Amino acid sequence: MTTLLAAADRGSAEAAGPAVRPILMKGNEAIAEAAIQAGCDAYFGYPITPQAELLEWMARRMPECGRVFVQAESELGAINMALGAAATGARVLVSSSSPGISLMAEAMSYMAGSELPVVLVNVMRGGPGLGSIGPSQSDYFQATKGHGHGDYRVPVLAPSSIAEAVGLVADAFEIAERYRTPTMILADGVMGQAMEPVVPSYRMPERLPDGWQLSGANGRPPRVLQSLHLLPEELEAHDRHLQAKYRTIAEREVRWAGEQLDDAEIAIVAYGTAARVARTAIQRARAGGLALGLFRPITLWPFPSDALAAVAPRLRALLVVELSAGQLVEDVRLAVGDRVPVLFHGRMGGMVPTPGEVLDAARRAWAMTEGPAVSR
Amino acid sequence: MTTIAPVGPDAGSRRLIYGHPEMLTDRSSHYCPGCGHGIIHRLVAELLDELELGPRTIGVASVGCSVFAYDYLPVDFVESPHGRAPAVATGVRRSRPDAFVFTYQGDGDLAAIGTAEIIHAAARGERISVIFVNNGIYGMTGGQMAPTTLLGQRTTSSPTGRDAAVAGYPLPITEMLALVPGVSYAARGSIADPGLIGRTKAMIRRAFEVQLAGGGLSIVEVLSTCPVGWGLTPVESMEHLAHDVVETYPLGVLVDRLLEPPRDRAEG
Ligand SMILES: Cc1ncc(C[n+]2csc(CCOP(=O)(O)OP(=O)(O)O)c2C)c(N)n1
Repeated sequence: MTTLLAAADRGSAEAAGPAVRPILMKGNEAIAEAAIQAGCDAYFGYPITPQAELLEWMARRMPECGRVFVQAESELGAINMALGAAATGARVLVSSSSPGISLMAEAMSYMAGSELPVVLVNVMRGGPGLGSIGPSQSDYFQATKGHGHGDYRVPVLAPSSIAEAVGLVADAFEIAERYRTPTMILADGVMGQAMEPVVPSYRMPERLPDGWQLSGANGRPPRVLQSLHLLPEELEAHDRHLQAKYRTIAEREVRWAGEQLDDAEIAIVAYGTAARVARTAIQRARAGGLALGLFRPITLWPFPSDALAAVAPRLRALLVVELSAGQLVEDVRLAVGDRVPVLFHGRMGGMVPTPGEVLDAARRAWAMTEGPAVSR
Repeated sequence: MTTIAPVGPDAGSRRLIYGHPEMLTDRSSHYCPGCGHGIIHRLVAELLDELELGPRTIGVASVGCSVFAYDYLPVDFVESPHGRAPAVATGVRRSRPDAFVFTYQGDGDLAAIGTAEIIHAAARGERISVIFVNNGIYGMTGGQMAPTTLLGQRTTSSPTGRDAAVAGYPLPITEMLALVPGVSYAARGSIADPGLIGRTKAMIRRAFEVQLAGGGLSIVEVLSTCPVGWGLTPVESMEHLAHDVVETYPLGVLVDRLLEPPRDRAEG
């Protein structure tokens, strides 16, 4: 821990000199430190595996930095403290794992309605219910299609390496504040628990000018941050405003990465840890003469549908790989329609697909799509 | 201003003894006739005036009939999910150490769905003030039984009267909170008559002053009316409040730890 802390400090903006060497960081701790370096003013959390190190890191570092840390009585407590802190304009981080995120769903909806920027980290574990503490991606639906009630969306960023997670934390604060919306970093147990060498590139997003934050009215008209609009006409107008905002986010914030797609005949679609496994499978496949590539969504909402649809016609199949029963696969099918066959390989409950399994699935996809029946 | 304050050039001879508080907006209220929220809003407004707190106040509105408190109290406000106001207030308090922070919650909000949030805000000794309006019923949703409903009381969800064998007993949550070392002040008042309203105002004043003095959580439970939910006229409601409700919920200051020796908090 001490070594890590010293290492993390070395990565801070002041210390970043020519001698920056990669340091070994655990995902949870790297995300926590990235938030601190991004100017996070307040953190609220409740212990849960596999994200507890994130809370523990904040418990030590936030007071050291003169910032707010509160271990709440529950995830309900944590997320509502976040709501209150965000209402005052604080830069707020909350983290949990799947069961805790379910408890936070109510406040997510309230924060979307009252347009409060908060960054949430979900280090997903196996479900449903208490499930397992193994890594999982089975909260994809929850993250991308809605946690709480009502017509709202939440931008979701999915890192597939610890270094990328560090960068996405700053991006998440920026998106949250620019659009006044809760924003989620969707990681999985592997991302949270693994240690990787990183050259942390911390970034502190600029603060937006005061305009809506609560500070005490002191000479200006009082401000009210609310999600209640009892008149249906009024609420519909507010909902239209939110939808317009979501359209803007969908136009401007889509992120994805392609690897070896130029000559690929089959593309694996995967994010987070699944993308890491896929990468290994792709290397092996290419060594054996199968031209595979990787399409990796980084924003899960907004989903990179247009980009995927543009790539698809050149391919004989898409193979979706997930740590779930197949949730991402629905967005992939929506994006490409009938233009290309969409196949799926996944493991559940805390199990991680092996590169060998993925390679086998790719071979089957290759065999199924061979011959004149497939027009390309 | 509402207190006896000199006004005008001949201030010595003419004194305004009752007026419209600055911290109460001039608009018609959505509350039902005989509802106590209006009186309690006014007490809060008078105290925001008298303690000159308006400019630095951040209120937390809860879910219940009083969710519209922000329409009547012209201060910065954030709306909380049902029951979570003490957690929301915690977030506000921790990020704005200089603000004056209060929640305004009903008994369904505070003593049912929000029990964990109020108890743990108390346990942490959050420097917030809680106005807890106990009308013994879920007013906003149409008069259902609350944890605070009196034994035998008929509500839309206890149509034959609250039966302890089925629905348990009224929850003395303010007494429970008074046991917690993080609570610096806890009191129970009533709005059943002008004298009691004056005493309740003194309690809320003390609760606010405790926050200003750096104390922990301060809470005033205010016994209030819900004529529509109770199926009584406004006058009958006041009588019921004065004679029956107080038997279950005795009035008075339950704890004032700022007055007690400091060992109290240190030991806790
Ligand atoms: C999660 C959730 N559950 C239920 C409700 C419905 N609801 C609105 S107000 C209320 C109770 C309010 O009663 P109380 O706190 O006693 O305040 P009053 O209306 O009597 O002033 C309930 C149950 C809600 N808004 N949210």
